[in-house]
Parts: sequence; C-alpha cells; structure tokens
Amino acid sequence: MALLVDIEKKLRDFSLKVSFEADREVLALLGASGCGKSMTLKCIAGIEKPDQGRIELDGVVLFDSEKHISLPPQQRKVGYLFQQYALFPNMTVTQNIRCGIRDKKRAAEILPEIIAAMHLTGLEEAHPNRLSGGQQQRVALARILVNEPQLLLLDEPFSALDSQLRFQLEEELRRTIARFGKTVLLVSHNRDEVFRLADRIAVMNRGLVEVCASKKALFAEPLTRTGAFLTGCQNISSLEKLPDGRIRAVDWGVNLTPPREADSASFVGIRMQDIRPAGPGEKGNNILFCRVEEEIENPFSVTVMLRCGEKSTALLGWELDKETWSALRGETVCIRLPEESLLLLEE
Amino acid sequence: MDWYPLLNSLRIAGISTVIIFFVGIFAAYYIAKAPRAVKGVLDVILTLPLVLPPTVVGYLLLRILGPKRVIGAWVLAVFGFKMTMTWWSAIFATTVVIFPLMYRTARGAFEAFDETLAYSGQTLGLRNSYIFWRIRMPYCRQGILAGTVLAFARALGEYGATSMIAGYTPGRTATISTTVYQLWRTNDDAAALKWVLINMAISAVVLLAVNMLEKKQKGGA
Repeated sequence: MALLVDIEKKLRDFSLKVSFEADREVLALLGASGCGKSMTLKCIAGIEKPDQGRIELDGVVLFDSEKHISLPPQQRKVGYLFQQYALFPNMTVTQNIRCGIRDKKRAAEILPEIIAAMHLTGLEEAHPNRLSGGQQQRVALARILVNEPQLLLLDEPFSALDSQLRFQLEEELRRTIARFGKTVLLVSHNRDEVFRLADRIAVMNRGLVEVCASKKALFAEPLTRTGAFLTGCQNISSLEKLPDGRIRAVDWGVNLTPPREADSASFVGIRMQDIRPAGPGEKGNNILFCRVEEEIENPFSVTVMLRCGEKSTALLGWELDKETWSALRGETVCIRLPEESLLLLEE
Repeated sequence: MDWYPLLNSLRIAGISTVIIFFVGIFAAYYIAKAPRAVKGVLDVILTLPLVLPPTVVGYLLLRILGPKRVIGAWVLAVFGFKMTMTWWSAIFATTVVIFPLMYRTARGAFEAFDETLAYSGQTLGLRNSYIFWRIRMPYCRQGILAGTVLAFARALGEYGATSMIAGYTPGRTATISTTVYQLWRTNDDAAALKWVLINMAISAVVLLAVNMLEKKQKGGA
C-alpha cells in the first residue's frame, strides 16, 4: 500500500478515529461538512498533529506517536490543494510556481514546460487576484506538480467555483490526476463529483470511516445510513423486523418484503429514481397505494412526494420523467418498490 | 538657530522605532498565536503603557535605571556610565511608550492573515523564515507600516517620560517637545512658536502618510 493512515485526534465535538489504506488510486473521503475530512488531510500533510497513531507513505514513516516521529510538512512530499487554492497574493503566477520547485537550479527548464502544460501561457506576470477561479486552480496545481509530491490531497477542489465552470475543471483535473499517476485523496461532499473522479470511496461520519469500498459497490449497496444519504438516497426510514420475515418501514407506515434477511439493519432506503409505477391490478410484493401530496418540477424530471400509509411521518420522494408522470397524474397513484432496489442500512 | 532639538528628536524617534519595529512584530506574532487566556493577560500588560500617564512610565523607568537602582547601579559599577540624563536615555522612555502602538497594529494585521497561505508554503517545502518574511510580512505590510509610522509620530511627540529620564540640557538632551516647554517657561514666545510650527509640520506629514496607507489597505492591494 502506498499510503497507510491510522490516527486518532480529539476534536471539539467528537473524536477523529480514521483508519484506511490507499494504493496508486483516487480515494475519496465523502462526508458532510464538519465530519473530520479536512482535518484528516491536515494530519497527513503535517499541518495538524494527531494525538496518536501512524501515517506511512511509500514506506516512509511520516508520523508515529509511539516512536515520536513527526516529520515537518516540508519533508513529507505531500501536495495539498486547498479549497481557496492558497496562492501567494504578493507573487506573480511564475513566482508562485517557482516557490514549488525544490531544486531552484532547474527552474529555468521546468517553468516554461509547466506553464504551457497547464495552459497558463500569457499569464506569467499576472497576480492571483487578476485570475479567474479556474486559472487559480491551474496555478495551484502547477505549483504542486513541480514540487513532485508522492501524494496529492485535494480539499473540495471545486467549492470555490461557479457551477458552470465546475464540469470543465473536473475534466481538467481528471487529466492532471492521470498524469500524476500516484495516490490521490479527494475530499468532497458531492456524490456526483466523487463518483466521476474516484476509484474507491470512504464514507466518513463524525470522525469515523464507516465504509470503504469501490465506488460501484458503494453506490449499489451503501451499507450505512450516512453512506446511503451521501450517495444520494433521499428516502430513508427506520425499520422494524416483523415475525413473518418482512419489515415495517416505520416512517413511511408500510410493510415491505426485504431483498434479504434484515439482520442488524435498522434503516431501509430507496433511491428516488428506483421507484416504479405499478399497473392496475398488478400483483407482486411491495405494491403501494399512495396519495400525491406535492409535485415538484425539475428542469428535466418531476419529483412527486407521496404519502403511503395512514400513520406515515415521512413522505416518499419519487423522481420520474415528465412524460411518464403526465400519463399517471392524479390524486392517488400505485407504485412498486422493487425488492432488489431496497437498501438495508445500519446506523 | 540651533537645530540640535530637531536632530535629537529625529534620532531618538528613529532609533526607538527601529527597535520597536522588531520587538513589536515579534511580540505580536507570538501572542497572536497564543492560547486565549495567555493572550488576554499579556495583552493587558503590553498595552498598559498606552493608557498610563507618561510621567508614571518615567517614574517606573527611573526606579529601574536610576544610578542608585537595580540596573542603573549595576551598569554604573560595571561600565562606569549613568543610564539617565544622556540623549539616549530618552530612547528607553519612547520605546516603552510607543511599544503598544506597534504591537497592537501588528497583531491586528497578523490576525487577519490567511493561515492556509503559511500551510501551503510549508507543504511546498518552503522554510518557515521564508514564509514569514516573503509571504506573511508582505500580506500584513500595510498594517505593519501604519503601526510603524504611528509609533514614530508618537515617539517624536514624547514629553513626559523623556523629560523625567533625560531631563533638559540644551545641546545635549533637548528634544523639540522639551525645548518648547523650556522656551515657553522662559518667555521666549517667538522661538517656542517656531518649534511648535516645525513639530506640527512633521506630525501632519506623518499622519498624512498613515491615512494614505490606510486608504490603500481598504482598496485592497
């Protein structure tokens, strides 16, 4: 494994207890803001000090509380892309990038190369406050790449940008990551971004890594409530096991047939897009007769809020395309929650 | 006309400003990073000279530096000179009085510094001293410059503590402010007015400089 992290640190509201490994891949830390993602990156970079534990990169011990090793950030060879990019405001683009070059004798040869590669030609003498968000990101990445790090930390790389710019920059960043070819840790709370950029995803909640899995496996089977929520599952209900092997979704007020034994699961979820319409007289499991409480129009789809049971305390959201909905539209609607789409989740 | 008071005032203010530039920045940098409780206590102690009457500062300095007091007696015994009643004695007075001005403005500037700039410098392998002088100081330069100029202006006008520790000897310890008082006391109104006008001109220039610096800072550099 290229990167090995196993650290603990007491924070104000909870304790950070993070443990994961990463190979030459993109590993995303997915979590709500304030869950300890950025703090984890800071500990790896050496900006913050964990209370105890161990961090290893390519066989080099960066931190070991037992052996009292804690390399200064200068010696860790970790590239850190900050949320606001942290360009030095008093320096030009060239001077900023030059700061990243460790062997200054090679600056004359490296600078023109990286400036061309990162599409910064013509901006060499500009100061950061004259650059667009995208250009700032490219300068920050150039400055990190010339530093030749063994590990790249990306902290919410698109949070400082307009949504129109994001997609284009994501494409650029994907290429930069491919060129870099070593371990990358990406911190984000955006599931789409994470799915497109990462190979594996670690779901974080209140300082703990709950699940660490390949992105496909995680989106198919998020395993925990946080995982389901962060991968975009909006419909989550607490669950009670019934004697006949079925389950009761308490919040929705309905009984359902689960895809498998509920075991220790305490929540059930279904993605808004996975709900299916049920034809009149259709037989099968998990067919529900619902009242339409609200209709929300999205640019390319409709979200319908449904009340499924008499005692339901939460509505079920269903997202479907506009044509299908216009054919079904009414005060009530019949739906099917396919067993294979139900997610059984642990707390 | 004898220009000695102008020369003396300028050199006292200049030297004490240079001293306080480094001491004030040093104190501000470390105290800005200190834990809250420590910060609160040190802040009170270090700001005290700003609100104390200069005569109180002068009194306290004489208690330490006077020829029969702890440090004063030791210096007299070892090096054979008195620390009071020389032109440079006034430097002790002015440094103490202007320290809070430099310290407070520099601390405000350091607290506004975006710490991620220092972090990113560290991860790029830049030395901490490089980060301090080439990134942190330029970022805070307007606040620090304003503090320096303000401290210089205050040093130039110091009277109370200076007159106690350096006294007034024409051609030796006379400064503009002590000269004005002396000339007024001896009814030399015309000469006093001349020094008053000179002093006002210098102060106006200094304040103009402060204003220009502050405007530039608001406009964003």
